[in-house]
Amino acid sequence: MAGHAEHNEETGSVGHIAPARLYVAIWAVLMVLTLTTVLVSMVDIGPMNIVVALVIATIKGTLVVLFFMHLRYSPKLTMATVIAAVFWLFLLLSLTMTDYLTRAWSTYPGH
Amino acid sequence: MGDIQVAERALQHHFADMEQQRETSSFGMWMFLLTEIMFFSGLFCAYLVYRASYYHAFVEGSQKMNITLGATNTAVLICSSLTMALGVRAAQMGKPKLMAILLLITILFGFGFLGIKAVEYHEHWVNHEFPGPNFHFETGDPAHPATDAQHTEIYFSLYWAMTGLHALHMVIGIGLVAWLVIAGLMGAYTPHYYNPVENVGLYWHFVDLVWIYLFPMLYLISKKHGG
Repeated sequence: MAGHAEHNEETGSVGHIAPARLYVAIWAVLMVLTLTTVLVSMVDIGPMNIVVALVIATIKGTLVVLFFMHLRYSPKLTMATVIAAVFWLFLLLSLTMTDYLTRAWSTYPGH
Repeated sequence: MGDIQVAERALQHHFADMEQQRETSSFGMWMFLLTEIMFFSGLFCAYLVYRASYYHAFVEGSQKMNITLGATNTAVLICSSLTMALGVRAAQMGKPKLMAILLLITILFGFGFLGIKAVEYHEHWVNHEFPGPNFHFETGDPAHPATDAQHTEIYFSLYWAMTGLHALHMVIGIGLVAWLVIAGLMGAYTPHYYNPVENVGLYWHFVDLVWIYLFPMLYLISKKHGG
């Protein structure tokens, strides 16, 4: 229901009211993922360690934003705001790293 | 005074109805959080650049972290986010006392987080792991005996700056939630008007979100020397 905030019939509240058990379920998943990320970090899987850690963090973050922060029930404008934030973050990090990670590529002697 | 009268009083004249007012207020909060993301991103970007340049120094620095305390704090923040979300829900349903109880538990979790963080900070402080003239770091890695202590100092600079800025947000968050408890018990919020509760909730979850990334980036870099 990402279209428009609804009017809750029961309480007359403006905005969507999510069931309490949904919040508890999200909390449980977040706790399990926290334990998982700690346990995986104990195992050495080389460069995959950081990949797994960031993937788990991103899943956790997405759950927080979608449910705890009600993005799933928010207007499309809010969704666009979040996507813009992620896009700008991507620009900042990727364009910076294209500089730093390619400095060693210089093939000219003395550079 | 009934709910409707409170609601009418809370509707500002430049909005058509309560729903439009709520959506506008929530959009404004999201725009603020967007600037907050960019604010933290400067530090995340600096972290990425130095981690790519001095990976071994970052591994050694991260091995000084107390993972048990860090993981406990992650759990504490997730619990605080649950009570915050349920607190917003209580406000939506017009239950100010339940909201106050849930938000007070949120505040307790917030202080719990800061307390654990203070224990960690103290450990780092007495071990000379604070950047500056008293910084001291012995490399414990035979494979990389030349790991420069100055590069580890960069790791600790970022650690203190990032967790410090995060802790400052926690302190502000606790203050805001305390304000909601008082205003809520005085009857400021109804199912028609709870924008401040919703927006402080967004802020609280955002601070949790930042920690969700800080924890693996600072504590869980690698268990193995040299990665």
